[in-house]
Amino acid sequence: MTTAPEFTLCEQLIVAASEAWRANGELVATGIGPAPRLAAGLAKLTHTPELMMTDGEAYLVEDPVPLGPRGYDDRKAAGYLPFSRFFDAAVWSGKRHAMVTPSQIDRFGQTNISYLGGTYDQPKVQMLGARGFPGNSICHINSMFVPAHSKRVFVEGEVDMVSSVGYNPARRTPGVNFSRVDLRLIVTDLCVMDFGGTDNAIRVVMLHPGVTFDQVQEATGFALEAASEIKSTPAPTAEQLAIIARLDPHGLRATVLKDNPAGKRS
Amino acid sequence: MNKQLTIEEFVASLKSGMTIGIGGWGPRRKPMALVRAILRSDLTDLTIVAYGGPDVGMLCAAGKVKKLIFGFVSMDAIPLEPYFRKSREAGTLDILELDEGMLQWGLKAAAFRLPFLPTHVGLGTDVMTHGNFKTVQSPYDDGEVLLAMPALKLDAALIHVNRADRLGNIQALGPDTYYDEWFARAADRTFVSAEEIVDRMDHSYPEDARANIVERCFVHGVVEAPLGAHPTSMPPAYGWDMKHLKSYADSAREDGGWDAYVADMIGADEAGYLGRVGGKDAVAALPLPIF
Repeated sequence: MTTAPEFTLCEQLIVAASEAWRANGELVATGIGPAPRLAAGLAKLTHTPELMMTDGEAYLVEDPVPLGPRGYDDRKAAGYLPFSRFFDAAVWSGKRHAMVTPSQIDRFGQTNISYLGGTYDQPKVQMLGARGFPGNSICHINSMFVPAHSKRVFVEGEVDMVSSVGYNPARRTPGVNFSRVDLRLIVTDLCVMDFGGTDNAIRVVMLHPGVTFDQVQEATGFALEAASEIKSTPAPTAEQLAIIARLDPHGLRATVLKDNPAGKRS
Repeated sequence: MNKQLTIEEFVASLKSGMTIGIGGWGPRRKPMALVRAILRSDLTDLTIVAYGGPDVGMLCAAGKVKKLIFGFVSMDAIPLEPYFRKSREAGTLDILELDEGMLQWGLKAAAFRLPFLPTHVGLGTDVMTHGNFKTVQSPYDDGEVLLAMPALKLDAALIHVNRADRLGNIQALGPDTYYDEWFARAADRTFVSAEEIVDRMDHSYPEDARANIVERCFVHGVVEAPLGAHPTSMPPAYGWDMKHLKSYADSAREDGGWDAYVADMIGADEAGYLGRVGGKDAVAALPLPIF
């Protein structure tokens, strides 16, 4: 494998994000949004072919479905996993690893996509509602993709409405089985983090070339831990870039990060 | 036995204050002709239970909703439903916000005539705290504490399918049936609108009997409503009308936008509606959405 001459930061993040699914085995890899979806496809087409994936509608596919306009019947169904079976077969059974982009994330890994500010009865900004986050977080593996690392996302206190379970001891109702809460990676435009710190604290494990730990800390509303050895995020290989380009024929990945910056080698 | 109703008979059989479940998912296979009939009526104070899309937004905009029980409200390509958002930010709705899985679980509890069903889902989140859900402890050796999802009993359920017969046999031909069957079984009365109504399904489409998503004892009225899912998607027949949904969403930013939408689009009846939104042929030709 040769290292490609040119790449964008977004492509570098997609490659880093695809690592979340490495060796996950036979489960449904769900990437919500263009970059996580490309990362899931890349994982399946490179290091973890046993991953399962849907066409975004109702069918399981073995060839990840490219982003954007295409012929409706271009995707070839290998199996069937409609929403009507999704909780039975993927979520509640733990056969899934989703990567999502929450609006807020706190130090405990709790996230919010429901509303910002105000109260439950009268929110300042209404968003989607909790969707499947409560169930996802207590039943299966989850990771996160954050295209603009900032204190607005990584908030100082608790998120405004806890839509997904994290590792907050104050919310661990006695007698409840939280053993399946399994938060893996957070990939941002500055770094890669995991939950390997003290008591599952969020920890920086990789910095993108040119980014310092202090810079990440400065953009985060809570104290971060650092892995004993922080790695530099690798550059994509030519093979990885070719797969990403094939899965994104309309170039939607160019819109994920503000101004679509170039990636850097360490 | 003949369960066929006119759309006027359907809406006359509902009452203000009812709890009404709406099938479909976001902007997909929503019984929009039935929803528009409610918009044209003087029904009010409704409790709506849904995986919401423009159905929920329009009912909120029209002031029909007292309480909303939802897992999300979204139009997919337009992620935030503007009229739902307005109602929420104005603080005018009573709500019960659920996880998507909890919603179908509550429908199943109602269908099975159980007071609740246990689940892990919701525990540890604000869905639990804001919703005032109670827990139960497993009586077995594990002793696990679980959330008790109460039954979501419906007075009426509304769904839209491709075909129905006068006996209440229905067929939904699309790739996903969502939770429509559970809305139907959770309801005292289920009203189904259909693209096409035949006398007897076994005489017309016996080869598609596996598309019968819910048994006819759970279907109380069938209403003929060709293109009745517009502007939401109705696979394999036609796709959603994103151009229409966009102009609907844009109307929320204008003063009097909703009233204009009602006057210009909803109008007095479905025949006129289809003309106003571009005509039957144009709606029938809308391409299926790509995900």
